[in-house]
Amino acid sequence: MARFPFSAIVGQDEMKQALLIAAVDPSIGGVMVFGDRGTGKSTAARALAGLLPPIMAAEGCPYGASKEDQARYPGVCGTGKMVKRTVPFVDMPLGATEDRVIGSLDLERALRSGEKAFEPGLLAKAHRGFLYIDEINLLEDHLVDLLLDVAASGENVVEREGLSVRHPAKFVLIGSGNPEEGELRPQLLDRFGLSVEVRSPKDIEVRIEIMRLVAENERDPEGFAARWAGEDDNILKRVARGKARLPKLEAGEDVLRDAAELCLAVGADGLRGELTLMRAARALAALDGAKKVTRKHLIAIAPSALRHRLRRDVLDETGSTVRITRAMGELFG
Amino acid sequence: MNPNAAVDPLADAMLAARLFALAPRTFVGMSLRGGSPARDALVGALEEKVTLRRLPGHVDDERLLGGIDLAASLSSGRPIRQNGLIEEAQGGALIAGMAERMDIGIAGRLAHALDDGQAALVLLDDAAEPEEAPPASLTERLAFACDLSASREWRGVKLAPALGTLAQVALLETQALRALAVTAEALGVDSLRALIFAGEAARGLAALDGRTAATRADLSGAVRLVLAPRATRLPPQEHDAPPEDPPPPPPDGERDDQSESEQQQETDLSELLVEAAKASIPADLLAQLAQGNAPRRSGTSGSGQKRKSAIRGKPLGARAGMPRGGARLALIDSLRAAVPWQAVRRKEAGADAASPILMRKEDLRIRRFEERAARVTIFAVDASGSAAAARLAEAKGAVELMLGQAYVTRSEVALVAFRGATAELILPPTRSLTRARRALSELPGGGGTPLALGLNAAREVAEAVIARGRSASLVILTDGRANIAADGSPGRPQAKADANAAARAIAARGIDALVVDISARPGPEGAELALALDGRFLALPRADARMLQAAISAGQPTGKAA
Repeated sequence: MARFPFSAIVGQDEMKQALLIAAVDPSIGGVMVFGDRGTGKSTAARALAGLLPPIMAAEGCPYGASKEDQARYPGVCGTGKMVKRTVPFVDMPLGATEDRVIGSLDLERALRSGEKAFEPGLLAKAHRGFLYIDEINLLEDHLVDLLLDVAASGENVVEREGLSVRHPAKFVLIGSGNPEEGELRPQLLDRFGLSVEVRSPKDIEVRIEIMRLVAENERDPEGFAARWAGEDDNILKRVARGKARLPKLEAGEDVLRDAAELCLAVGADGLRGELTLMRAARALAALDGAKKVTRKHLIAIAPSALRHRLRRDVLDETGSTVRITRAMGELFG
Repeated sequence: MNPNAAVDPLADAMLAARLFALAPRTFVGMSLRGGSPARDALVGALEEKVTLRRLPGHVDDERLLGGIDLAASLSSGRPIRQNGLIEEAQGGALIAGMAERMDIGIAGRLAHALDDGQAALVLLDDAAEPEEAPPASLTERLAFACDLSASREWRGVKLAPALGTLAQVALLETQALRALAVTAEALGVDSLRALIFAGEAARGLAALDGRTAATRADLSGAVRLVLAPRATRLPPQEHDAPPEDPPPPPPDGERDDQSESEQQQETDLSELLVEAAKASIPADLLAQLAQGNAPRRSGTSGSGQKRKSAIRGKPLGARAGMPRGGARLALIDSLRAAVPWQAVRRKEAGADAASPILMRKEDLRIRRFEERAARVTIFAVDASGSAAAARLAEAKGAVELMLGQAYVTRSEVALVAFRGATAELILPPTRSLTRARRALSELPGGGGTPLALGLNAAREVAEAVIARGRSASLVILTDGRANIAADGSPGRPQAKADANAAARAIAARGIDALVVDISARPGPEGAELALALDGRFLALPRADARMLQAAISAGQPTGKAA
């Protein structure tokens, strides 16, 4: 089935913004999407796959190695010449086995010739791209640990009976889940750069618009995709330009101070929040095509960057989003 | 209670099945509850229209998704691929029996396949316990859910052929879309998927009759089949759906010119649809709402109420590990892990082909099981002077009775008492009758009512219980008349505010709570407290212990985790 065009997704602006920011600057560290079922979380994440600018990767390399990877992992990534390919988007199913995730003995070759060879898993496939896990809060603990480990180190290490493989595995983790069905461990949550909350749109007009678009898509997927292709292409160009602009952008002293003050005011734990806030503001500025990072960018991204890092205060049932908005109102007016 | 009880549920289920057969990819599937002959007959009839491929509950990844057939590959010495069930069911549908027992991993795979349009699915839900249900990740993705457990019909079930196709039917008009959206809102159906299914079902019903546009009757049919089974609240009564809650105002100028009468028509239509839905709202929703429970919104896949165990429970997949600490060896899985390595290991060890299987430590797999988490009921007892001494004795009696039940239900009991300026945990979670009795008999009464302290103490106990992977529910026995603040100082206004804050903190943690008003003349305080707690309320002005216990067990959400 054709993917639903990203630009045809109605509303859900925060989620779309966060996904695009992660596309511009993968080092932000992933996006966690919280929300009820049937709110279009998966649709948006999967739609993202369709509009990422292509990358250069070694031909025939199962890891999609870049030039740098070839230099760093000479044995693994080969010396193939560079060709254009799409950014990988790996949809990891719940209940994936450890073997499938990290890779395992190549069964075919082991059986055929008694040869010991490594068959790359999902982590290898996701290198330089996106790893999407729906209902990540229901994922088994040992897999979560494994993902965290690889996400943090950017490399997957497999050691088993002389099957010793180290390969690059840098990916943007996109998780989605419904907090009502089980909480995410704080360690995992903290790893995510951005987190967004998605609700079913309550506005009747918006809901009608969504029904209409989905029905159109259902009836004529090709025509529908063609109609939105222009819009999608614009977004793709925005992402590509943002990526190119990113290294040139630097956040000024004033924005740095704003970020520090905001983190202090809302009680966001750790330095990670501050760093992510800065990076995300920078990526947003790049995405917007702005000349420099301003307070406006900071404000636009702060809820996504900090929401999941606030210390929980059981006596204050005010939502994290409200606390951040309030703090921003007090600080920045 | 159900005005349409005379109409057999099979009629609607057959309609749903015809729709599903009309466009399996559009409607994705259906979930059929209740192991009645009606269901077998319906499945039989459906099978004539759609190829149904059985999906065994214990299916493994290779079988589901396809891959290398290990046994065949070994015997032939070369890799042999096999198709997965999902591929085999292309064009038809998978049918899964005992869907309420389906493994969450398999459900995840299937959900993927459904999203990609690779498969359609029929779930047979044989759940007997209310807390059992097929994985919500699947039921959410299926257009129809029919409960056939009450059906008395089974003869002559045959699905009439469709007279038209879905493609012939025009897309719904804005007015019809709006009516569906308003109806979904009235029924508390948030999911957009459900709304989209409803629209397609309306068109599908027109297609079944060979018409090219959906009528009002089609819309109400769609509401009955798709939205009503998903209702999470009852639509407002006509009389309390007052004029101060008009249909949403036009958001911009384009609708300004809409005439009054058109607006009126729209309202009529959605009222009609809500009316249609009422008849087929699941009976247990009424029962649950009457009990004051929110209906289960998202099935039972919450991680709080189940936990992994290496020792007992429902079997889960095996994983690598050493069989120690009570964990048991999963022999088949260990062999399976070792087999692909045999050729490599023989070569390395120089062993001959006739030697037995060469196992290594890394091959070992251990079994894992899933246990239902134990439930802990935490009693917070108001032992102040205002809650008269007699009532305290009753509360004690109820706790003792609950304890007696604990042996049967495996639930545990904890007791927090608050009076004067303190609240303390008198009895940590336990199943021990003797300890409980002793703690209770030593419980003194009298003094002020530090409700906030009591609630906070109860919350802390509940949090500790939840942190250990069990589920907690609170039963608060009080008159709600707080007069000691959280810091121990007297004063009603502050005490009330603190109690309110404490109650909301409990609600924010999602802990299940029941307030039992034990004052002789219940005032509004108890009900207010229940509201702040997002919990249920019982006034028992003349309760004795046995009544109290009956009330608690009746109000106990059946196994739902806090």
